[in-house]
Amino acid sequence: MPPKSFLELMQWGPQGWLDEMTFATGLTLAVAICGFLFGLAFGTLAAAAKLSRSTILRRAADAYTTVFRGVPDLLVIYLFYFGGSAVVTAIGAALGYSGFIGLPGFLVGTLAIGIVSGAYQTEVIRGAYLAVPQGEVDAARAFGMSGFRLLRRIIGPQVLRYGLPGMGNIWQLVLKESALVAVVGLTLIFYEVRIGDLVLIYETRFSDLLRQAHVAAGSTRQPFVFYITAVAFYLVLTTASTWAFRQAETWATRGMRRA
Amino acid sequence: MDLDFLWTTFVRLIGGVPLTLQLAFSSIVLGLALAVLLAVMMRSWFTPLAWAADGFVFVFRGTPLLVQVFLIYYGLGQFRPVLDDMGIWWFFRSPYYCALLALTLNTAAYGAEIVRGGLQSVPHGQIEAARAFGMSGFTLYRRIVAPIALRQALPAYGNEIILMIKATSLCSTITLMEVTGLAHRIISETFRSFEVFFVAGAIYLAINFAMSRLIGLAEARIAPDLDQASRPAEVH
Repeated sequence: MPPKSFLELMQWGPQGWLDEMTFATGLTLAVAICGFLFGLAFGTLAAAAKLSRSTILRRAADAYTTVFRGVPDLLVIYLFYFGGSAVVTAIGAALGYSGFIGLPGFLVGTLAIGIVSGAYQTEVIRGAYLAVPQGEVDAARAFGMSGFRLLRRIIGPQVLRYGLPGMGNIWQLVLKESALVAVVGLTLIFYEVRIGDLVLIYETRFSDLLRQAHVAAGSTRQPFVFYITAVAFYLVLTTASTWAFRQAETWATRGMRRA
Repeated sequence: MDLDFLWTTFVRLIGGVPLTLQLAFSSIVLGLALAVLLAVMMRSWFTPLAWAADGFVFVFRGTPLLVQVFLIYYGLGQFRPVLDDMGIWWFFRSPYYCALLALTLNTAAYGAEIVRGGLQSVPHGQIEAARAFGMSGFTLYRRIVAPIALRQALPAYGNEIILMIKATSLCSTITLMEVTGLAHRIISETFRSFEVFFVAGAIYLAINFAMSRLIGLAEARIAPDLDQASRPAEVH
């Protein structure tokens, strides 16, 4: 049988791989978005800790950013994947369940990416917060604003504006980092089927873009075709993100005087 | 904590440090040479040359390094008969050379942007003054442009070096047993991921700490008059 041509391989539907590759791109995007949002949560907490008066909190946040910016992401993913399963298995054993319990790869992958990107986001959020002019905060206090209202009306919008370019860089980083989940694989859904006393547990495996390319490469023996397609899909994602962040910056800085 | 286990893990992981450093330094040196070439191409008046360099940088900065590693190591296997005929299959068969090639091309793309920024930062007045002194071509580059550009680019290049040391961990996915590869093997054998992460993480932090100190020393040496505060902010 002669090897299939590029267009035959990239058909939509059961004959080709285009639908699988497109779906996998969507999953990669989902991993990146969830990882970025986890990172935003960790980053905000760590930035607050770094800006706090408590020495212990500041030290803890410093340790967090130093470790997770200095250690390879792949190592963090291994830690979460194997370490997380070990913790859950131990809890299961304490509850009287014997055997190994695996964690869903999607959760583990996004948490790991979130922890790492949170370390980078900490610095961006901290910098953006410090860029808010103290005079405006004082003025708002003079108007009687405090606490949440001050944060929502005065500090929040400006942190968003100053932090946006840095966040754009980190988003690109996260998008590319999300390829690492291909190494451990994603499992999204477990389900049970009971037939009398027999219990079968199925898992549906979904693949991110890189793993899908890997699978297709293995089954068609045309690896170059699929990896170069993955490259093209990633370029679409990063280019679209660059455009979207530029739009967002234009929007966020509308009404600002330009140099 | 089981100190015996930590110690044996440390001894085993240290065995991967030479490969990690070797991959990082070879790719940084080769990548820097390519980055300078790309930066010069980007500024070339010959448009196709500038486009080629821009396209290269766009592709390698816009896609994950892991995809690049797989494309080179697994992807090019599709063309084995052709590569065999050309007599370069030995290169693409080896995970070490493939990893080195991917790392080099990747860091060259990021480096090209840094070098370009450095070249752009050279004030035009300095070049005019040098020309008035009769300098041109290579002398002008060696005496005026290169030193100024180097000073400007070094902090960002220092970041890139640290990123590359971390990036070598991806080589473990194509069977190279550097520090992360060994860590993965020990975790699979023992399932003690926390201890192994602790030791491997400490090794990477130590390497990166030593590296950033060296870069700091180099910066102080070539730009003793530059005010710390006037440097560009860290970019990741």
